[in-house]
This record gives sequence, C-alpha cells and structure tokens, in this order.
Amino acid sequence: MEIGLNHYLVLSTILFTIGLVGVMRRKNLLLLFFATEILLNSVNIAFAAISHYYGDLTGQMFAFFVIAIAASEVAVGLGLLIVWFKRHGNINLDTMSSMRG
Amino acid sequence: MEKYLYIALFAPLVSSLFGALFTATPKKQFVGIIASLLIFLAFLSSTVLLVHILNGGEVVHVEMMTWMATGDLYIPFGFVVDQVSVTMMMVVTLVSTVVHIYSIGYMDHDAGFNRFFSWLSAFVFSMMVLVMSDNFAGLFIGWEGVGLCSWGLIGFWFHKEVATWAANEAFIMNRIADLGMLIGIFLVYWNTGTLQYDGAFAAMPSLDTATLTWIGIFLFIGAMGKSAQFPLHTWLADAMEGPTPVSALIHAATMVTAGVYLVVRSNELYDLIPNVGLFIASLGAFVAMFAASMALVNRDMKRIIAYSTLSQLGYMFVAAGLGAYWVALFHLMAHAFFKALLFLGAGNVMHAMHDELDPFKMGGLKKPMKWTFIMMTLASVALAGIYPFAGFFSKDLILEVAFVENHYIIYTVLLLTAGLTAFYSFRLIALIFHGEERYKLFGIDPHEAYKFMLVGMSPLLLLAIIAGSFKLSYFEMVTNVLPELEYHIHHPVIFWTITIGTQLFVIAAIIFAYKKYANANIKVPDGTSAMENSIAYKVLKNQYYIPYAYEEYIVKPYRELSTVFWQHVDLKIVDATVDGIANIVYSTGEKTRDMQSGNLSTMLRWMVAGTVGLLSLAVVFGLAVRHSDEIVTILSGLGV
Repeated sequence: MEIGLNHYLVLSTILFTIGLVGVMRRKNLLLLFFATEILLNSVNIAFAAISHYYGDLTGQMFAFFVIAIAASEVAVGLGLLIVWFKRHGNINLDTMSSMRG
Repeated sequence: MEKYLYIALFAPLVSSLFGALFTATPKKQFVGIIASLLIFLAFLSSTVLLVHILNGGEVVHVEMMTWMATGDLYIPFGFVVDQVSVTMMMVVTLVSTVVHIYSIGYMDHDAGFNRFFSWLSAFVFSMMVLVMSDNFAGLFIGWEGVGLCSWGLIGFWFHKEVATWAANEAFIMNRIADLGMLIGIFLVYWNTGTLQYDGAFAAMPSLDTATLTWIGIFLFIGAMGKSAQFPLHTWLADAMEGPTPVSALIHAATMVTAGVYLVVRSNELYDLIPNVGLFIASLGAFVAMFAASMALVNRDMKRIIAYSTLSQLGYMFVAAGLGAYWVALFHLMAHAFFKALLFLGAGNVMHAMHDELDPFKMGGLKKPMKWTFIMMTLASVALAGIYPFAGFFSKDLILEVAFVENHYIIYTVLLLTAGLTAFYSFRLIALIFHGEERYKLFGIDPHEAYKFMLVGMSPLLLLAIIAGSFKLSYFEMVTNVLPELEYHIHHPVIFWTITIGTQLFVIAAIIFAYKKYANANIKVPDGTSAMENSIAYKVLKNQYYIPYAYEEYIVKPYRELSTVFWQHVDLKIVDATVDGIANIVYSTGEKTRDMQSGNLSTMLRWMVAGTVGLLSLAVVFGLAVRHSDEIVTILSGLGV
C-alpha cells in the first residue's frame, strides 16, 4: 500500500488529539510541556506532508520556524519551571493559583 | 458711524463681563460706577446715531460676521440702525443709564451688588441685540437673552421662595410663547427663504393670505408672552418680586415692550393681514381695561404699577394692531419714561418704608419725601394723559386712531380705561403721600433717598414732561420706514369735544380718587368693610381668579399627569429597560467570573472549548455559504 497524504494527515490529527487531551488533563507542568511539544510537532508533520504534496517548500520553512520557536519556548519554560520547583517544591498545576482574581 | 454702532452694542457687554469678574467678592462701589459709565457711553453712541439719522443720514447697516451658512441658509450677525431701532436704542440706553445710576444707591446695602450690575448690563446687551438685529434669528437671540436676564433678576434674591417661583413662572410662560414665535420664524424662513427683514418682508406680498395669517399669528404669540398680554399675563405682576430698579427697567420700560417692537418691526407683514391686526387691537383694548380693573383694588404698590404697565401695553397693541405703528412706538417711548420714573419713585418709597408695599400703611409721606412726591405725582399726571405731559400726546393719539378708524367699541373701552388709569394712579399717590401719617403706627421713620439717586432720576422727569413736544420731528423721522398715516379728526367741533371731554373725564377721575383716598378717615383695611366683602372686589382682588384657575386646572392636572407618567412610563418602561440591560451585563459577569479561577488547567480547558466553538462556527458558516442556493430554496419552500 502506497503511503499518501491522507496517512500523514491522519497521523497528525491523532497526535494533535493526544496533545490536546494532554494539555487538558495533565496536572504536572513538565508533562504539560510534553503535551505542548506533541501539539506543535503534529502540526509540523501536517506542514511537511502538505508541503511535499504540493511541491512547495513554504510549508517546510514554516515547520523549521515552529521547531525554533518550540525550542526557545521550552528553554524559557524549563527555566521558569526550575525556579518554581526550587521555591515551592512541586510543579503541580493546581497549586499555581497566585493569579486568582 | 459703524464705530458708534459697535460701541452702543458692546459697551453693555463689556460692562457685564467686568461685573461678572467680581460676583464672588464683596460689594465694590466701582463696579456700579464703571457699569453706569459704560452704559452711559452706549447712550452717547446711540445719541450720535440718532442725530445722524435725524439729519437724514443713511441707515447704518453692518454685517459683523457670518453666523450660519449651510446650503441655502445664510444668517449673519447683522445689525441695522434705522429710524425704528434708533428710537428703541435711545429708550433702552437712556432708561438703563438712569436705572444703573439709581441702582448704585438702591442696592447700596445688598450683598449681591456686583452680581446685580453684571446681570443688569447683560440685560442691556441682550436688549440691544434684540432691537438692532437685522434678521429674525438675531432678534430671537436677543429675545431669549432678555428672557434669561429677566429670570436672573426677578429671582435675584434667590433665598426668597416667592422670588424664585416668580422667576420660574416668568421664564416658563415666556418659553411657551417663544415656541409660537419660533414656529413663526420657521414659517417665515420656509416661505420666503430668508430671515433677513428686508428679504423676508419683500417676499411676503406674493404669499397667499392664509400663510401670512399663520405667520402673523405665531409671531404675535411670541409678542404676547414677552409683553404679557392675556392669557399669558400673570407673570408680570408676580415679577415684581425682583428688585425695584429691575421692575423699572425690564418690566416697565424695555423688555415688555419687545412684543410691541416686534409687531412694529413686522409692520409690512401686519399690513397685509388686517384681520390679525384687528384681533391684536381688540386683545390690546381688552387687556388695557382688564389690567386697569385689577389695579383698582390692589394693595401692593408695585403690583398696581405693574398692572398699569400691562394696561399701557394694551394701548400700544391697539395702535399697532390698527396700523398706526408710529403711534405705538411713540407711546412706547413716552410710557418708558414716565413708567420707569414711577417705578423708581416707588423704589424710594419702599426704601423709606423698609420694604413695606401696602400703600394703606403709608400716608402723608409728602413731607419727608418731597422730591419723590413731586416726581411720582408728575409721572402719574403724565400717565393719566393730562396736557401738556407726555402721556397726553401719545395716549390721546391712540384714542384718536381708534376713533378715526371707526372702531368705536375699542375707542369706548380705551376711554373708560383712561379714566380708570387716572383713578388708580392717583389712588396710589393719595394713599402714599397724602392723608394721615399712618406709617407712624408701624414705628417707621421714613427718609428721602440719596441725592444722586434723585438727580439720576431727573432726566426721566424732564422727558415725562416734555416728550410730547418731540412728536413732530419724531413723526417725520420714523415715517421714513413706517407707514405714514396721519390721524386727524377733520371736524373741529368733534375734535375739540373729544379732546376736552377726555381731559375733563380724566381730571374728574383724579379728583374722585383724591376725594376718596386723601382724607383723614382712611384706615388700614381689615377685611370687614362692605366693599371688601362685595363680590366684585373679591373677583378683582384675586385677579379674576385666573392665577387660581391656572394653578387648579393647568398646573395641578399637569403635575398629576407627570406623576402618572413618571411612575408608569418612566419607572416601569424606560428605567426598567435601561436597568434590565445593565442587569444582564452584570449577572453575566457574575456568573462567568468562575471561569477566572486562576487555575491554569481549568483555563486551558476553557481555551480549548473556545477554540472548538469558534472552529465549529467557522465550519457552519463556511458550509452555509457554500450551500446558500439550496438553503434559499428550502426556506422559500417553507414559505419564509
């Protein structure tokens, strides 16, 4: 069986759903980051596949940008996470409610 | 000449603004002096203009600047000094100069001294705008301006409930009339396409009579309010709550004559609609008699003079309504002089009597107040129309006009009113200055007013005596713009019979008044005498129950209606709608604030929910657009 665009898009959708559920359900900040990475990368797969399908490099360019931004986001996010852990001793989302109105 | 026009117009404004700077500070003598000087300057400029016009000079017409120019509408701030407006300017500036000087003495001990002069000068400015404007819009500005200043001055002693009530009454009554006037002005613009006097009056002869009649009626409604003609007359007597100089200037000499001025100014219009003119004349005659009858029994010095003003305004309207515009203007001028004098004299008496207004409590004041006595007596003689005083020339002329025009009913009414006028004027004089010194019972020690006040009043006295001698030169001047109609009774026997008959009748009324009220038996009425219990007396004393009827049948139902509307429409519909909208917003906020729990996990879920919601909307709309044709077919099949 030939692997076509639809297979990639289905994979991307499945990964996106997993990421979305992770974002909604996870209480651990570290795992939340994992879920975000899955979301971003599912989109990257879709970008690369569609780009290849149309023979247009713009989508792959976008995928590189997303990777770069995801890397910097994780770098900043992990830095904050470590500081938070040092102060509070946990990284449970439910305890992070100091912004509560 | 333009220079003088601007000085005459703006000196009062400068005076008012200058006075306004000191309204919050204690009394400053120089405010009064500078205001008087500036008004006097306006008077001098007006005199220069009068001399210019008298010598056959050109009409001074300036356009200061454009006020409104949109599409076909063009209204400039234009001012015109012609034979009519220069007469009014002279009357206004002369009387107001005298009143300003007098007020320095009269308001001597008043805390609001500076404020008073600011208002008074503002009034003079508005009045000048009113009489000098060359279009209806400018006239209306002045018209409202004098109304505002009148409100501020009637209610000058605002800590007195009656004064504020009277001020509001005057203001509201005038607003009712001003609505009529506004409609009249709109009709003028609608039908002639301009508000400039020249253009509008030139276009009027080509309009149909029905339109002209409506214009004439609506403009006259405005005049009725300002000049306090029946049925809008009640405010004038109540306006006497204001300081006496105000009564002299505004409610006797100038503002209340604005209605007469409007009719005179619109003479070309009223000449085209003699039926409205006849109505004006009839109403004027009625008011003359009606007001004079109320003055007969009143026991308030200022109100008696106010009713007399009302009655004389009726005379002016008779003349204007019968087409004798120059006679109306002449009586307006003469009346301004002697009536202002009468009021200022009454102010002196009030000061001497510590604000006592009941002439029955005075008596015998001629000894301590010799000069006031002489001035008020001469003013009353002029008012009664005895030869050779001013009133004779102007008032008898109106009687002659009515006679020559064959309106014998109006003539008879005016003749009887002349008798009543003489009677109530001298009843007042007799009660105040003659007879027993009843004021001693009340422990009052009257004193004459300041010298400078009396000197200030003297120009008015002089004019009240000699104004009649200007008749000929005045006639030659104003008939350049007003219809030149001479009224002569050609038959010498009839002429002399009528003139001498009128004089004798008036003199008889004066003697009767003296006989009845100048004797030693006058007591302060206590409500027990037969006369005081007669029905006629009660009707007159209560002003024909008209204020009562207004209160009972207009004010009260209106108030009840307003309460109903307030409780059922305003509260239950208007307020409820507004409150409802606010409540929806408020409760939505109240209910959705739980979303902002501060919990990152919850917020992320809401974010996902929002994204899903927006995406589904986008999909639904996208599908709807794609299948719009089919949707339309389905909907039309359903009969939508």
